[in-house]
Amino acid sequence: MRYLLRRLGHAFLLLIGVSILAFFFATLAPGNYFDEMRLNPQIAPEAVAALRAQYQLDRPLPMRYVAWLNSTIHGEMGFSFAYNSAVAPLLISRARNTLLLTITATLLAWGIALPLGVWSAERLGRLPDRLLSWGTAALLVIPDLTLVLGLLVFAVKTGWFPPGGMVSVDFENLSSIQKVRDLMRHMTLPVVALVLSVLPLLVRHVRAAVADVLGAPFLLAAQGHGIRRRTLLYRYALPAAANPLISLFGFSIGTLLSGSLLIEVVMSWPGLGPLLLESILSRDVYVVIGGVLLSTLFLVGGNFLADMLLYWIDPRIRTESSAP
Amino acid sequence: MQPLIKVENLCKRYARRSLLGAGEELLALDRVSFTILPGTTLAIVGESGSGKSTLALCLACLEHPTSGGIWFAEKEIANLSENELRKCRPQIQLIFQDPANSLNPRWNALEILLEPLAVQNKSTRAEMKHRASFLLERVGLSPEILKRSANELSGGQRQRLAIARALALEPKLLILDEALSALDCSVQAQIANLLLELQSSLGMTYLFITHDLAMAAHFADEIAVMNRGRIVEHGPAQKVLQQPGNETTRQLLAAIPRMSNATLPVPER
Repeated sequence: MRYLLRRLGHAFLLLIGVSILAFFFATLAPGNYFDEMRLNPQIAPEAVAALRAQYQLDRPLPMRYVAWLNSTIHGEMGFSFAYNSAVAPLLISRARNTLLLTITATLLAWGIALPLGVWSAERLGRLPDRLLSWGTAALLVIPDLTLVLGLLVFAVKTGWFPPGGMVSVDFENLSSIQKVRDLMRHMTLPVVALVLSVLPLLVRHVRAAVADVLGAPFLLAAQGHGIRRRTLLYRYALPAAANPLISLFGFSIGTLLSGSLLIEVVMSWPGLGPLLLESILSRDVYVVIGGVLLSTLFLVGGNFLADMLLYWIDPRIRTESSAP
Repeated sequence: MQPLIKVENLCKRYARRSLLGAGEELLALDRVSFTILPGTTLAIVGESGSGKSTLALCLACLEHPTSGGIWFAEKEIANLSENELRKCRPQIQLIFQDPANSLNPRWNALEILLEPLAVQNKSTRAEMKHRASFLLERVGLSPEILKRSANELSGGQRQRLAIARALALEPKLLILDEALSALDCSVQAQIANLLLELQSSLGMTYLFITHDLAMAAHFADEIAVMNRGRIVEHGPAQKVLQQPGNETTRQLLAAIPRMSNATLPVPER
């Protein structure tokens, strides 16, 4: 319990630190949202200055940070100039679309990686294992962008999948079953792209971790007791190999928000990716800061979750931390 | 009397493949043959790398021999399928050198003992718990340690626990693969006495694998000396010790430290 509170305290401090850094670095960059207006001869410099003052961009940095912090506490996270609304609701609606994509992909990727990694570790060094290793290595070196473009070409050529977007134009007129169907059809390609981009890494980690414990004497002993192969692999080897995998799982939770940005942009999925890209290009700083902070929140949360899982699963960590 | 275990021309070859595919072969066991009568002990003595542990793994059916046969209670077990093997595995149990990693480090003593009991699958949980404490007492441990995890125990306690775990299956053959080597001298003697006492009361057969000829002499009815995968000398323990017929045996005999012959290392110059 004390361990949990201490970890939570660390996580909170980390978030504060990241928010300060994100805030200062984002505002440190030259230019602001209204700079482009100054190039427009039809807008008076006084009008631009008035806008800057209205949005408090003329005040010193620490004061702006305090003002932003205040609005964050009230659940707004600052103001988007481009969308003319508070940042938080904007981010949340986009984050929902991103999460729909990434949670599906993460579950799918782990669901495939665990049995595949165990399967491969069991055949360590034999032909199927080596083929799989080559396969994952090949997949690992293909840049994500190439993968996504390849999938898009596939979608256009076959016409099996829509080449972008989240729903069809006539989405509102569809029945609820058709809506789900339509959404799934649109999700397929981005999810496949995401799975393919993380799968090789996961499979390799699972394989290495399981192969590491497969030779352990306590597994041999269990086999000698007459325990079934399948039980041996999934009840003995996998839990023994779990620690590095749980850390990796925490990390993959951490990338739920930021892992799919590129894929979203290229496949025009209305998630955080396109929003962040736009806001960076137009210097809509509070949206950028909000996006960075949200990803950090997930990263910290993912690691926290992993630590808790480790604490719960591995009795050795518990005894270590309860010692004075 | 029929031998409990009969090994004939057992060979185990490991193929090591380098990056370029040039095969390199390692003959870990080279035409090994012996028999062990029920209730007796055969000690296999040899240097490290002489194939002792491979032999242990093959006899425990944890490694498939390349050729040759193993008969356990007159049943050929070297070429059984995994499903058939599972039925006779409980009768042959292996005790490993280092109890620190032959016991699942995440489990407590109770879970470790329940695992083989659950394999037999014929009693309720309460009965199994009762049996677990009985087994602990059998190997001289207090049932209080049931709740402790394996890495909270001392080396001697762990090896006792490993023995209790093997006893849970009521094996006929116990393979002790350097089972005493990782322990302190005083603990070694205690565990050795425990093993001897268990053998006389339960009538188990031991295959005692060690690099220590003195330890083998203490335990064994017969001694087989191995060198580079081969049995180079085999006979009754007293005969092997008193009239060693092979160079390897003589070297192993010379390696036994004796207080009387001990010379202090004299620094040069």
